[in-house]
Amino acid sequence: MLILAIDTSAVASAALVSDDALEGMVAGFATEDTRSHAEVLAPGIQDMLATAGVAGTDIDALVVGVGPGPFTGLRSGIATARTLAYVWGKPLHGLMSLDAVALEVAESTAAVPEFLVATDARRKEVYWARYTLAPGQLPELVDGPHVGFAADLPDLPAFGAGAGLYADVLRADPAFVREQPDALYLGQFALARLASGGTLPDSTPLYLRESDAQVPGPRKRAL
Amino acid sequence: MNRTQPLVLGIESSCDETGVGVVRGTTLLTNTVSSSMDEHVRFGGVIPEIASRAHLDAFIPTLDAALSDAGVRLDEVDAIAVTAGPGLAGALMVGVCAAKALAVATGKPLYAINHLVAHVGVGLLAPDGDGSAPELPANLGALLVSGGHTEILKINNITDDVVLLGSTIDDAAGEAYDKVARILGLGYPGGPAIDAVARTGNRAAIRFPRGLSQPKYMGTAEEPGKHRYDWSFSGLKTAVARCVEQFEARGEEVPVADIAAAFQEAVVDVVSAKAVLACREHGIKDVLLGGGVAANSRLRELTGQRCTSAGIRLHVPPLGLCTDNGAMVAALGAQLVMAGKEPSGIAFAPDSSLPVTAVSLPA
Ligand SMILES: [Zn+2]
Repeated sequence: MLILAIDTSAVASAALVSDDALEGMVAGFATEDTRSHAEVLAPGIQDMLATAGVAGTDIDALVVGVGPGPFTGLRSGIATARTLAYVWGKPLHGLMSLDAVALEVAESTAAVPEFLVATDARRKEVYWARYTLAPGQLPELVDGPHVGFAADLPDLPAFGAGAGLYADVLRADPAFVREQPDALYLGQFALARLASGGTLPDSTPLYLRESDAQVPGPRKRAL
Repeated sequence: MNRTQPLVLGIESSCDETGVGVVRGTTLLTNTVSSSMDEHVRFGGVIPEIASRAHLDAFIPTLDAALSDAGVRLDEVDAIAVTAGPGLAGALMVGVCAAKALAVATGKPLYAINHLVAHVGVGLLAPDGDGSAPELPANLGALLVSGGHTEILKINNITDDVVLLGSTIDDAAGEAYDKVARILGLGYPGGPAIDAVARTGNRAAIRFPRGLSQPKYMGTAEEPGKHRYDWSFSGLKTAVARCVEQFEARGEEVPVADIAAAFQEAVVDVVSAKAVLACREHGIKDVLLGGGVAANSRLRELTGQRCTSAGIRLHVPPLGLCTDNGAMVAALGAQLVMAGKEPSGIAFAPDSSLPVTAVSLPA
Protein backbone atom coordinates (compact mmCIF):
# COMPACT_ATOMS: atom_id res chain seq x y z
CA MET A 1 0.00 0.00 0.00
CA LEU A 2 1.37 3.42 -1.05
CA ILE A 3 0.21 6.47 0.89
CA LEU A 4 0.84 10.16 0.19
CA ALA A 5 0.90 11.98 3.53
CA ILE A 6 0.76 15.76 3.95
CA ASP A 7 0.98 17.88 7.08
CA THR A 8 1.00 21.68 7.38
CA SER A 9 -0.05 22.03 11.00
CA ALA A 10 3.32 23.63 11.83
CA VAL A 11 5.97 23.25 9.12
CA ALA A 12 5.00 21.96 5.68
CA SER A 13 5.91 18.37 4.93
CA ALA A 14 4.88 15.56 2.65
CA ALA A 15 5.94 11.93 2.35
CA LEU A 16 5.32 8.83 0.31
CA VAL A 17 5.15 5.81 2.61
CA SER A 18 4.71 2.18 1.73
CA ASP A 19 4.67 -1.06 3.66
CA ASP A 20 6.98 -2.44 0.99
CA ALA A 21 9.75 0.07 1.66
CA LEU A 22 12.47 -0.12 4.31
CA GLU A 23 11.43 1.97 7.31
CA GLY A 24 8.27 2.71 5.34
CA MET A 25 9.67 5.74 3.56
CA VAL A 26 9.73 6.02 -0.23
CA ALA A 27 10.36 9.78 -0.41
CA GLY A 28 9.73 12.90 1.60
CA PHE A 29 10.25 16.61 1.91
CA ALA A 30 9.91 19.13 4.73
CA THR A 31 10.51 22.84 5.29
CA GLU A 32 11.62 24.60 8.44
CA ASP A 33 9.41 27.57 7.74
CA THR A 34 5.96 27.82 9.33
CA ARG A 35 4.64 30.69 7.17
CA SER A 36 5.17 29.95 3.49
CA HIS A 37 3.09 26.79 3.00
CA ALA A 38 1.12 28.17 0.04
CA GLU A 39 4.35 28.70 -1.89
CA VAL A 40 6.38 25.61 -1.05
CA LEU A 41 3.90 22.80 -0.61
CA ALA A 42 2.82 22.16 -4.22
CA PRO A 43 6.36 22.38 -5.68
CA GLY A 44 7.59 20.13 -2.84
CA ILE A 45 4.99 17.49 -3.61
CA GLN A 46 5.57 17.73 -7.35
CA ASP A 47 9.34 17.31 -6.98
CA MET A 48 8.89 14.46 -4.53
CA LEU A 49 6.59 12.56 -6.89
CA ALA A 50 8.91 13.15 -9.84
CA THR A 51 12.02 12.07 -7.93
CA ALA A 52 10.30 8.92 -6.69
CA GLY A 53 8.87 8.24 -10.15
CA VAL A 54 5.39 8.00 -8.67
CA ALA A 55 2.25 9.08 -10.52
CA GLY A 56 -1.12 9.89 -8.99
CA THR A 57 -2.50 6.61 -10.28
CA ASP A 58 0.13 4.68 -8.26
CA ILE A 59 -1.09 6.07 -4.95
CA ASP A 60 -3.60 4.01 -2.94
CA ALA A 61 -4.71 6.66 -0.44
CA LEU A 62 -3.87 10.10 0.95
CA VAL A 63 -3.65 11.13 4.58
CA VAL A 64 -3.54 14.72 5.80
CA GLY A 65 -2.78 16.20 9.19
CA VAL A 66 -5.97 17.89 10.41
CA GLY A 67 -4.23 19.88 13.12
CA PRO A 68 -4.50 21.44 15.54
CA GLY A 69 -2.30 24.17 14.12
CA PRO A 70 -2.35 27.80 13.02
CA PHE A 71 -5.42 28.08 10.77
CA THR A 72 -4.07 29.47 7.51
CA GLY A 73 -1.16 27.06 7.32
CA LEU A 74 -3.33 24.12 8.35
CA ARG A 75 -5.82 24.84 5.57
CA SER A 76 -3.01 24.88 2.97
CA GLY A 77 -2.37 21.18 3.50
CA ILE A 78 -6.01 20.19 3.72
CA ALA A 79 -6.99 22.15 0.59
CA THR A 80 -4.06 20.55 -1.25
CA ALA A 81 -4.84 17.01 -0.07
CA ARG A 82 -8.56 17.28 -0.80
CA THR A 83 -7.89 18.54 -4.32
CA LEU A 84 -5.29 15.87 -5.12
CA ALA A 85 -7.61 13.14 -3.80
CA TYR A 86 -10.51 14.53 -5.84
CA VAL A 87 -8.58 14.66 -9.11
CA TRP A 88 -6.92 11.26 -8.65
CA GLY A 89 -10.11 9.69 -7.33
CA LYS A 90 -8.33 8.29 -4.25
CA PRO A 91 -9.58 7.95 -0.66
CA LEU A 92 -8.51 10.74 1.70
CA HIS A 93 -8.09 10.23 5.44
CA GLY A 94 -7.38 12.69 8.21
CA LEU A 95 -5.13 12.16 11.18
CA MET A 96 -4.55 14.33 14.22
CA SER A 97 -1.22 16.04 13.61
CA LEU A 98 0.15 15.51 17.13
CA ASP A 99 -0.08 11.74 16.48
CA ALA A 100 2.93 12.16 14.18
CA VAL A 101 5.13 13.35 17.04
CA ALA A 102 3.67 10.66 19.33
CA LEU A 103 4.72 7.95 16.89
CA GLU A 104 8.17 9.48 16.58
CA VAL A 105 8.46 9.34 20.38
CA ALA A 106 7.24 5.73 20.45
CA GLU A 107 9.88 4.72 17.91
CA SER A 108 12.68 6.49 19.81
CA THR A 109 14.83 5.53 22.76
CA ALA A 110 13.10 8.29 24.74
CA ALA A 111 9.79 6.39 24.77
CA VAL A 112 7.94 6.34 28.12
CA PRO A 113 4.59 4.74 29.07
CA GLU A 114 2.77 8.05 29.38
CA PHE A 115 3.63 11.41 27.87
CA LEU A 116 2.47 14.70 26.35
CA VAL A 117 2.97 16.08 22.85
CA ALA A 118 2.90 19.87 22.51
CA THR A 119 3.25 22.24 19.54
CA ASP A 120 3.24 26.02 19.32
CA ALA A 121 -0.26 27.50 19.25
CA ARG A 122 1.08 31.11 19.28
CA ARG A 123 -0.52 33.69 21.62
CA LYS A 124 1.60 32.15 24.42
CA GLU A 125 -0.37 28.87 24.24
CA VAL A 126 0.32 25.30 23.10
CA TYR A 127 -1.69 22.65 21.31
CA TRP A 128 -1.29 19.47 23.33
CA ALA A 129 -2.45 15.90 23.82
CA ARG A 130 -1.72 13.08 26.28
CA TYR A 131 -0.73 9.60 25.10
CA THR A 132 -0.12 6.19 26.65
CA LEU A 133 2.21 3.67 25.11
CA ALA A 134 2.12 -0.12 25.40
CA PRO A 135 4.99 -2.20 23.97
CA GLY A 136 4.52 -3.02 20.31
CA GLN A 137 1.43 -0.84 19.98
CA LEU A 138 0.70 2.50 18.35
CA PRO A 139 0.60 5.36 20.86
CA GLU A 140 -2.90 5.74 22.22
CA LEU A 141 -4.48 9.17 22.52
CA VAL A 142 -6.08 9.41 25.97
CA ASP A 143 -6.73 13.15 26.30
CA GLY A 144 -6.90 16.00 23.79
CA PRO A 145 -6.11 17.63 21.61
CA HIS A 146 -6.51 20.84 23.59
CA VAL A 147 -5.20 24.39 23.37
CA GLY A 148 -3.99 26.09 26.54
CA PHE A 149 -1.17 27.56 28.60
CA ALA A 150 1.84 25.33 29.10
CA ALA A 151 1.72 25.92 32.84
CA ASP A 152 -1.70 24.25 33.04
CA LEU A 153 -0.64 20.95 31.43
CA PRO A 154 -0.42 17.61 33.36
CA ASP A 155 2.95 16.88 34.97
CA LEU A 156 4.31 14.36 32.45
CA PRO A 157 7.32 14.14 30.12
CA ALA A 158 6.59 16.49 27.22
CA PHE A 159 7.73 16.16 23.60
CA GLY A 160 7.65 18.52 20.64
CA ALA A 161 8.43 22.13 19.77
CA GLY A 162 5.68 23.37 22.08
CA ALA A 163 7.46 21.71 25.00
CA GLY A 164 10.74 23.23 23.88
CA LEU A 165 9.25 26.73 23.86
CA TYR A 166 8.05 26.35 27.45
CA ALA A 167 10.85 24.18 28.86
CA ASP A 168 10.71 26.37 31.99
CA VAL A 169 7.32 24.96 33.01
CA LEU A 170 7.21 21.61 31.13
CA ARG A 171 9.28 18.47 31.50
CA ALA A 172 10.57 18.92 27.95
CA ASP A 173 12.60 16.05 26.52
CA PRO A 174 15.80 17.69 25.23
CA ALA A 175 15.97 15.48 22.12
CA PHE A 176 12.52 16.64 20.98
CA VAL A 177 12.49 20.36 21.77
CA ARG A 178 12.39 21.27 18.07
CA GLU A 179 10.25 18.43 16.72
CA GLN A 180 7.24 19.32 14.62
CA PRO A 181 4.57 17.02 13.18
CA ASP A 182 6.14 15.38 10.13
CA ALA A 183 4.17 13.82 7.28
CA LEU A 184 6.51 10.81 7.31
CA TYR A 185 5.34 9.71 10.77
CA LEU A 186 1.78 10.68 9.95
CA GLY A 187 1.90 8.40 6.92
CA GLN A 188 3.44 5.57 8.94
CA PHE A 189 0.78 5.97 11.62
CA ALA A 190 -1.95 5.81 8.98
CA LEU A 191 -0.36 2.80 7.30
CA ALA A 192 -0.12 0.92 10.62
CA ARG A 193 -3.68 1.80 11.58
CA LEU A 194 -5.10 0.74 8.21
CA ALA A 195 -2.98 -2.44 8.10
CA SER A 196 -4.41 -3.51 11.45
CA GLY A 197 -7.94 -3.06 10.11
CA GLY A 198 -8.49 0.23 11.91
CA THR A 199 -10.26 3.26 10.51
CA LEU A 200 -9.18 6.88 10.23
CA PRO A 201 -11.22 10.06 10.55
CA ASP A 202 -12.03 12.36 7.61
CA SER A 203 -10.18 15.57 6.74
CA THR A 204 -12.24 17.96 8.89
CA PRO A 205 -9.79 20.44 10.41
CA LEU A 206 -9.37 20.63 14.19
CA TYR A 207 -9.31 24.37 14.75
CA LEU A 208 -9.93 24.17 18.54
CA ARG A 209 -10.36 27.93 18.61
CA GLU A 210 -13.34 29.91 17.38
CA SER A 211 -12.90 32.38 14.55
CA ASP A 212 -12.32 35.31 16.94
CA ALA A 213 -15.24 37.12 15.39
CA GLN A 214 -17.24 39.26 17.80
CA VAL A 215 -20.95 39.69 17.27
CA PRO A 216 -21.31 43.46 17.60
CA GLY A 217 -23.38 44.56 20.57
CA PRO A 218 -26.32 46.90 20.18
CA ARG A 219 -25.25 50.42 19.26
CA LYS A 220 -25.23 52.78 22.19
CA ARG A 221 -27.99 55.32 21.90
CA ALA A 222 -27.14 58.96 22.48
CA LEU A 223 -29.36 60.03 25.34
CA MET B 1 -1.84 24.10 -25.32
CA ASN B 2 -4.76 25.27 -27.47
CA ARG B 3 -4.20 29.01 -27.68
CA THR B 4 -7.03 29.90 -30.07
CA GLN B 5 -10.10 28.65 -28.17
CA PRO B 6 -8.58 27.56 -24.85
CA LEU B 7 -10.72 25.76 -22.30
CA VAL B 8 -9.85 27.51 -19.04
CA LEU B 9 -10.98 26.78 -15.49
CA GLY B 10 -10.93 29.78 -13.12
CA ILE B 11 -10.86 29.76 -9.32
CA GLU B 12 -11.82 32.71 -7.10
CA SER B 13 -11.54 32.89 -3.28
CA SER B 14 -10.45 36.45 -2.46
CA CYS B 15 -13.41 37.38 -0.24
CA ASP B 16 -16.57 35.50 0.72
CA GLU B 17 -17.46 33.85 -2.60
CA THR B 18 -15.96 30.51 -3.58
CA GLY B 19 -16.18 30.60 -7.36
CA VAL B 20 -15.29 28.15 -10.10
CA GLY B 21 -15.92 29.17 -13.70
CA VAL B 22 -15.15 27.56 -17.03
CA VAL B 23 -14.82 29.36 -20.35
CA ARG B 24 -13.85 28.27 -23.85
CA GLY B 25 -12.18 31.25 -25.47
CA THR B 26 -14.76 33.97 -24.84
CA THR B 27 -17.70 31.63 -24.33
CA LEU B 28 -18.93 31.13 -20.78
CA LEU B 29 -19.63 27.47 -19.96
CA THR B 30 -20.34 27.77 -16.24
CA ASN B 31 -20.23 30.30 -13.43
CA THR B 32 -20.61 28.29 -10.22
CA VAL B 33 -20.48 30.20 -6.94
CA SER B 34 -20.85 29.21 -3.30
CA SER B 35 -21.21 32.18 -0.95
CA SER B 36 -20.58 32.29 2.80
CA MET B 37 -22.52 35.57 3.02
CA ASP B 38 -25.17 34.11 5.33
CA GLU B 39 -22.50 33.22 7.89
CA HIS B 40 -21.40 36.86 8.12
CA VAL B 41 -24.86 38.35 8.67
CA ARG B 42 -24.76 38.32 12.46
CA PHE B 43 -21.38 40.09 12.40
CA GLY B 44 -22.52 42.83 10.01
CA GLY B 45 -19.48 42.36 7.77
CA VAL B 46 -17.20 39.74 6.26
CA ILE B 47 -15.16 37.95 8.94
CA PRO B 48 -11.96 36.77 7.22
CA GLU B 49 -11.50 33.60 9.28
CA ILE B 50 -15.11 32.53 8.75
CA ALA B 51 -14.75 33.16 5.01
CA SER B 52 -11.53 31.13 4.90
CA ARG B 53 -13.12 28.18 6.70
CA ALA B 54 -16.05 28.30 4.31
CA HIS B 55 -13.76 28.35 1.26
CA LEU B 56 -12.03 25.18 2.43
CA ASP B 57 -15.29 23.29 2.74
CA ALA B 58 -16.91 24.76 -0.38
CA PHE B 59 -14.07 24.30 -2.84
CA ILE B 60 -14.40 20.64 -3.88
CA PRO B 61 -18.24 20.71 -4.06
CA THR B 62 -18.07 23.93 -6.12
CA LEU B 63 -15.43 22.49 -8.45
CA ASP B 64 -17.44 19.31 -8.88
CA ALA B 65 -20.64 21.24 -9.61
CA ALA B 66 -18.85 23.52 -12.08
CA LEU B 67 -17.37 20.62 -14.06
CA SER B 68 -20.68 18.84 -14.33
CA ASP B 69 -22.54 22.06 -15.18
CA ALA B 70 -20.02 22.86 -17.93
CA GLY B 71 -20.01 19.24 -19.09
CA VAL B 72 -16.21 19.11 -19.23
CA ARG B 73 -13.61 16.79 -17.74
CA LEU B 74 -10.44 18.07 -16.08
CA ASP B 75 -8.25 16.31 -18.64
CA GLU B 76 -9.84 18.41 -21.42
CA VAL B 77 -8.89 21.69 -19.73
CA ASP B 78 -6.08 23.67 -21.39
CA ALA B 79 -5.18 25.87 -18.44
CA ILE B 80 -6.15 26.76 -14.88
CA ALA B 81 -6.37 30.35 -13.59
CA VAL B 82 -6.60 31.47 -9.97
CA THR B 83 -6.96 34.78 -8.15
CA ALA B 84 -3.56 35.51 -6.58
CA GLY B 85 -4.68 38.87 -5.11
CA PRO B 86 -5.67 41.40 -4.03
CA GLY B 87 -8.00 40.13 -1.32
CA LEU B 88 -8.14 38.62 2.16
CA ALA B 89 -4.85 36.79 2.78
CA GLY B 90 -6.28 33.68 4.43
CA ALA B 91 -9.09 33.39 1.91
CA LEU B 92 -6.74 33.75 -1.09
CA MET B 93 -4.55 31.01 0.37
CA VAL B 94 -7.29 28.38 0.11
CA GLY B 95 -7.99 28.99 -3.58
CA VAL B 96 -4.30 29.26 -4.42
CA CYS B 97 -3.41 25.98 -2.65
CA ALA B 98 -6.33 24.20 -4.30
CA ALA B 99 -5.39 25.59 -7.72
CA LYS B 100 -1.77 24.53 -7.31
CA ALA B 101 -2.84 21.03 -6.28
CA LEU B 102 -5.12 20.92 -9.32
CA ALA B 103 -2.13 21.87 -11.48
CA VAL B 104 0.06 19.19 -9.86
CA ALA B 105 -2.57 16.48 -10.17
CA THR B 106 -3.55 17.27 -13.78
CA GLY B 107 -0.23 18.55 -15.13
CA LYS B 108 -2.05 21.62 -16.54
CA PRO B 109 -0.44 25.09 -16.71
CA LEU B 110 -1.50 27.53 -13.98
CA TYR B 111 -1.97 31.30 -14.33
CA ALA B 112 -1.93 33.41 -11.14
CA ILE B 113 -4.01 36.46 -11.93
CA ASN B 114 -5.14 39.82 -10.59
CA HIS B 115 -8.67 39.88 -9.17
CA LEU B 116 -9.34 43.51 -10.13
CA VAL B 117 -8.35 43.00 -13.75
CA ALA B 118 -10.47 39.83 -13.79
CA HIS B 119 -13.51 42.03 -13.04
CA VAL B 120 -12.79 43.65 -16.41
CA GLY B 121 -12.29 40.26 -18.06
CA VAL B 122 -16.00 39.47 -17.86
CA GLY B 123 -16.55 42.26 -20.37
CA LEU B 124 -14.88 40.01 -22.92
CA LEU B 125 -17.31 37.12 -22.54
CA ALA B 126 -19.63 36.71 -25.50
CA PRO B 127 -23.30 37.27 -24.77
CA ASP B 128 -25.28 34.02 -24.43
CA GLY B 129 -24.50 31.58 -27.16
CA ASP B 130 -23.98 34.02 -30.02
CA GLY B 131 -20.34 32.96 -30.31
CA SER B 132 -19.09 36.34 -31.51
CA ALA B 133 -15.98 37.28 -29.59
CA PRO B 134 -16.34 40.80 -28.25
CA GLU B 135 -13.32 43.04 -28.39
CA LEU B 136 -12.52 45.54 -25.70
CA PRO B 137 -12.84 49.16 -26.84
CA ALA B 138 -9.51 50.93 -27.23
CA ASN B 139 -10.05 53.59 -24.58
CA LEU B 140 -11.51 51.49 -21.82
CA GLY B 141 -11.94 52.28 -18.15
CA ALA B 142 -13.39 50.18 -15.37
CA LEU B 143 -15.20 51.38 -12.27
CA LEU B 144 -15.16 48.67 -9.59
CA VAL B 145 -17.37 49.17 -6.55
CA SER B 146 -17.96 46.43 -4.00
CA GLY B 147 -17.60 45.49 -0.35
CA GLY B 148 -13.92 44.88 -1.00
CA HIS B 149 -12.91 47.62 -3.39
CA THR B 150 -13.58 51.00 -4.94
CA GLU B 151 -11.32 51.61 -7.91
CA ILE B 152 -11.15 53.31 -11.28
CA LEU B 153 -8.82 51.60 -13.75
CA LYS B 154 -7.57 52.40 -17.24
CA ILE B 155 -7.10 49.35 -19.41
CA ASN B 156 -4.52 49.92 -22.13
CA ASN B 157 -4.11 46.20 -22.71
CA ILE B 158 -5.96 43.72 -20.56
CA THR B 159 -3.17 41.16 -20.57
CA ASP B 160 -0.27 43.40 -19.59
CA ASP B 161 -0.99 47.12 -19.25
CA VAL B 162 -3.52 48.25 -16.66
CA VAL B 163 -3.22 51.49 -14.68
CA LEU B 164 -4.88 52.39 -11.38
CA LEU B 165 -6.22 55.94 -11.71
CA GLY B 166 -7.88 56.16 -8.30
CA SER B 167 -9.08 54.12 -5.34
CA THR B 168 -10.50 54.43 -1.87
CA ILE B 169 -7.93 55.36 0.76
CA ASP B 170 -9.90 53.74 3.59
CA ASP B 171 -13.18 51.79 3.50
CA ALA B 172 -14.56 50.33 0.28
CA ALA B 173 -17.93 51.82 -0.74
CA GLY B 174 -19.69 48.53 0.01
CA GLU B 175 -18.10 48.45 3.45
CA ALA B 176 -19.49 51.95 4.13
CA TYR B 177 -22.93 50.66 3.12
CA ASP B 178 -22.59 47.77 5.58
CA LYS B 179 -21.52 50.04 8.44
CA VAL B 180 -24.24 52.60 7.81
CA ALA B 181 -26.86 49.87 7.46
CA ARG B 182 -25.81 48.68 10.89
CA ILE B 183 -26.08 52.19 12.35
CA LEU B 184 -29.58 52.45 10.87
CA GLY B 185 -30.56 48.93 11.97
CA LEU B 186 -31.14 47.76 8.40
CA GLY B 187 -29.18 44.49 8.49
CA TYR B 188 -26.54 42.91 6.29
CA PRO B 189 -25.55 43.17 3.51
CA GLY B 190 -26.04 46.91 3.59
CA GLY B 191 -26.12 47.64 -0.14
CA PRO B 192 -29.51 46.18 -1.08
CA ALA B 193 -31.00 47.15 2.34
CA ILE B 194 -30.09 50.81 1.99
CA ASP B 195 -30.97 50.92 -1.71
CA ALA B 196 -34.48 49.63 -0.90
CA VAL B 197 -35.16 51.99 2.02
CA ALA B 198 -33.64 54.97 0.18
CA ARG B 199 -36.36 54.76 -2.47
CA THR B 200 -38.88 56.03 0.08
CA GLY B 201 -36.59 58.75 1.47
CA ASN B 202 -35.64 62.26 0.43
CA ARG B 203 -32.00 62.29 -0.70
CA ALA B 204 -31.84 66.07 -0.34
CA ALA B 205 -33.07 66.05 3.27
CA ILE B 206 -29.54 66.03 4.68
CA ARG B 207 -26.25 66.93 3.03
CA PHE B 208 -23.51 64.47 3.96
CA PRO B 209 -19.84 65.15 3.14
CA ARG B 210 -18.20 64.00 -0.10
CA GLY B 211 -14.73 62.79 0.95
CA LEU B 212 -11.54 64.11 -0.70
CA SER B 213 -13.48 66.67 -2.73
CA GLN B 214 -11.80 69.79 -1.38
CA PRO B 215 -9.57 71.76 -3.78
CA LYS B 216 -6.39 70.77 -1.91
CA TYR B 217 -7.06 67.12 -2.71
CA MET B 218 -8.48 67.70 -6.17
CA GLY B 219 -6.05 70.21 -7.66
CA THR B 220 -6.65 70.93 -11.35
CA ALA B 221 -6.47 68.86 -14.52
CA GLU B 222 -3.07 70.38 -15.25
CA GLU B 223 -1.80 70.09 -11.69
CA PRO B 224 -3.79 67.25 -10.14
CA GLY B 225 -3.94 67.04 -6.35
CA LYS B 226 -2.75 63.92 -4.59
CA HIS B 227 -6.27 62.46 -4.34
CA ARG B 228 -7.94 63.85 -7.47
CA TYR B 229 -9.49 60.47 -8.36
CA ASP B 230 -9.42 58.89 -4.88
CA TRP B 231 -12.27 58.31 -2.48
CA SER B 232 -12.66 58.22 1.30
CA PHE B 233 -15.75 56.96 3.09
CA SER B 234 -14.76 56.86 6.75
CA GLY B 235 -15.72 60.51 7.32
CA LEU B 236 -19.09 59.92 5.70
CA LYS B 237 -19.79 56.97 7.98
CA THR B 238 -18.90 59.09 11.02
CA ALA B 239 -21.16 61.90 9.81
CA VAL B 240 -24.08 59.48 9.51
CA ALA B 241 -23.46 58.15 13.04
CA ARG B 242 -23.36 61.72 14.40
CA CYS B 243 -26.54 62.64 12.57
CA VAL B 244 -28.40 59.66 14.06
CA GLU B 245 -27.12 60.53 17.54
CA GLN B 246 -28.36 64.10 17.20
CA PHE B 247 -31.89 62.94 16.40
CA GLU B 248 -31.78 60.56 19.35
CA ALA B 249 -30.36 63.22 21.70
CA ARG B 250 -33.25 65.50 20.80
CA GLY B 251 -35.66 62.66 21.49
CA GLU B 252 -36.83 62.70 17.89
CA GLU B 253 -37.58 59.75 15.71
CA VAL B 254 -34.65 58.93 13.41
CA PRO B 255 -35.70 59.52 9.77
CA VAL B 256 -34.13 56.29 8.56
CA ALA B 257 -35.31 56.52 4.96
CA ASP B 258 -34.07 60.12 4.55
CA ILE B 259 -30.69 59.31 6.08
CA ALA B 260 -30.35 56.19 3.92
CA ALA B 261 -31.24 58.18 0.80
CA ALA B 262 -28.91 61.05 1.69
CA PHE B 263 -26.06 58.67 2.53
CA GLN B 264 -26.54 56.77 -0.72
CA GLU B 265 -26.59 60.05 -2.64
CA ALA B 266 -23.31 61.12 -1.04
CA VAL B 267 -21.64 57.83 -2.04
CA VAL B 268 -23.06 57.66 -5.53
CA ASP B 269 -22.43 61.36 -6.20
CA VAL B 270 -18.75 61.27 -5.29
CA VAL B 271 -18.13 57.86 -6.86
CA SER B 272 -19.68 58.78 -10.20
CA ALA B 273 -18.32 62.35 -10.26
CA LYS B 274 -14.73 61.30 -9.68
CA ALA B 275 -15.01 58.31 -12.01
CA VAL B 276 -16.35 60.44 -14.85
CA LEU B 277 -13.69 63.09 -14.17
CA ALA B 278 -10.95 60.46 -14.37
CA CYS B 279 -12.41 59.10 -17.61
CA ARG B 280 -12.65 62.53 -19.24
CA GLU B 281 -9.12 63.48 -18.28
CA HIS B 282 -7.68 60.19 -19.53
CA GLY B 283 -9.53 59.96 -22.83
CA ILE B 284 -11.65 57.02 -21.68
CA LYS B 285 -14.68 56.58 -23.94
CA ASP B 286 -16.09 53.32 -22.60
CA VAL B 287 -16.36 52.37 -18.95
CA LEU B 288 -17.24 49.01 -17.52
CA LEU B 289 -18.99 48.78 -14.16
CA GLY B 290 -17.95 45.90 -11.89
CA GLY B 291 -18.32 44.70 -8.30
CA GLY B 292 -21.44 43.94 -6.28
CA VAL B 293 -22.45 47.58 -5.84
CA ALA B 294 -23.10 47.61 -9.62
CA ALA B 295 -26.49 46.22 -8.56
CA ASN B 296 -27.27 49.52 -6.85
CA SER B 297 -30.07 51.27 -8.73
CA ARG B 298 -29.02 54.82 -7.89
CA LEU B 299 -25.36 54.19 -8.77
CA ARG B 300 -26.35 52.87 -12.19
CA GLU B 301 -28.75 55.73 -12.75
CA LEU B 302 -26.47 58.62 -11.80
CA THR B 303 -23.31 57.13 -13.31
CA GLY B 304 -25.28 56.41 -16.47
CA GLN B 305 -26.54 60.00 -16.68
CA ARG B 306 -23.13 61.54 -16.08
CA CYS B 307 -21.42 59.21 -18.53
CA THR B 308 -23.97 60.07 -21.21
CA SER B 309 -23.46 63.80 -20.65
CA ALA B 310 -19.70 63.32 -20.97
CA GLY B 311 -20.02 61.22 -24.13
CA ILE B 312 -18.91 58.03 -22.36
CA ARG B 313 -20.60 54.65 -22.89
CA LEU B 314 -21.33 52.73 -19.65
CA HIS B 315 -21.31 48.94 -19.83
CA VAL B 316 -22.89 46.90 -17.04
CA PRO B 317 -22.38 43.12 -17.27
CA PRO B 318 -25.08 40.79 -15.90
CA LEU B 319 -25.03 41.05 -12.10
CA GLY B 320 -23.89 37.44 -11.57
CA LEU B 321 -20.72 38.38 -13.42
CA CYS B 322 -20.27 41.69 -11.56
CA THR B 323 -19.98 40.09 -8.13
CA ASP B 324 -16.90 37.99 -7.36
CA ASN B 325 -16.89 34.76 -9.34
CA GLY B 326 -14.69 32.18 -11.03
CA ALA B 327 -15.91 32.94 -14.54
CA MET B 328 -14.15 36.30 -14.54
CA VAL B 329 -10.93 34.58 -13.49
CA ALA B 330 -11.33 32.03 -16.27
CA ALA B 331 -12.17 34.80 -18.75
CA LEU B 332 -8.98 36.71 -17.96
CA GLY B 333 -7.02 33.45 -17.93
CA ALA B 334 -8.27 32.68 -21.45
CA GLN B 335 -7.18 36.15 -22.61
CA LEU B 336 -3.69 35.51 -21.24
CA VAL B 337 -3.51 32.13 -22.99
CA MET B 338 -4.76 33.61 -26.29
CA ALA B 339 -2.23 36.47 -26.01
CA GLY B 340 0.57 33.93 -25.74
CA LYS B 341 1.46 34.74 -22.12
CA GLU B 342 3.43 32.15 -20.19
CA PRO B 343 1.91 30.47 -17.12
CA SER B 344 2.92 31.43 -13.57
CA GLY B 345 3.97 27.98 -12.40
CA ILE B 346 3.21 26.71 -8.91
CA ALA B 347 5.81 28.46 -6.74
CA PHE B 348 4.22 31.92 -6.54
CA ALA B 349 2.90 33.43 -3.32
CA PRO B 350 -0.58 34.93 -3.06
CA ASP B 351 -0.41 38.70 -2.49
CA SER B 352 -3.22 40.34 -0.53
CA SER B 353 -2.26 43.77 -1.92
CA LEU B 354 -1.32 42.80 -5.47
CA PRO B 355 -1.16 46.01 -7.61
CA VAL B 356 -3.19 46.20 -10.84
CA THR B 357 0.04 46.59 -12.78
CA ALA B 358 0.55 42.85 -12.14
CA VAL B 359 -2.14 41.35 -14.40
CA SER B 360 -0.59 37.92 -14.00
CA LEU B 361 2.38 36.74 -11.98
CA PRO B 362 5.57 35.74 -13.81
CA ALA B 363 6.97 32.24 -13.35
ZN1 LIG C 1 -14.14 41.74 -6.47
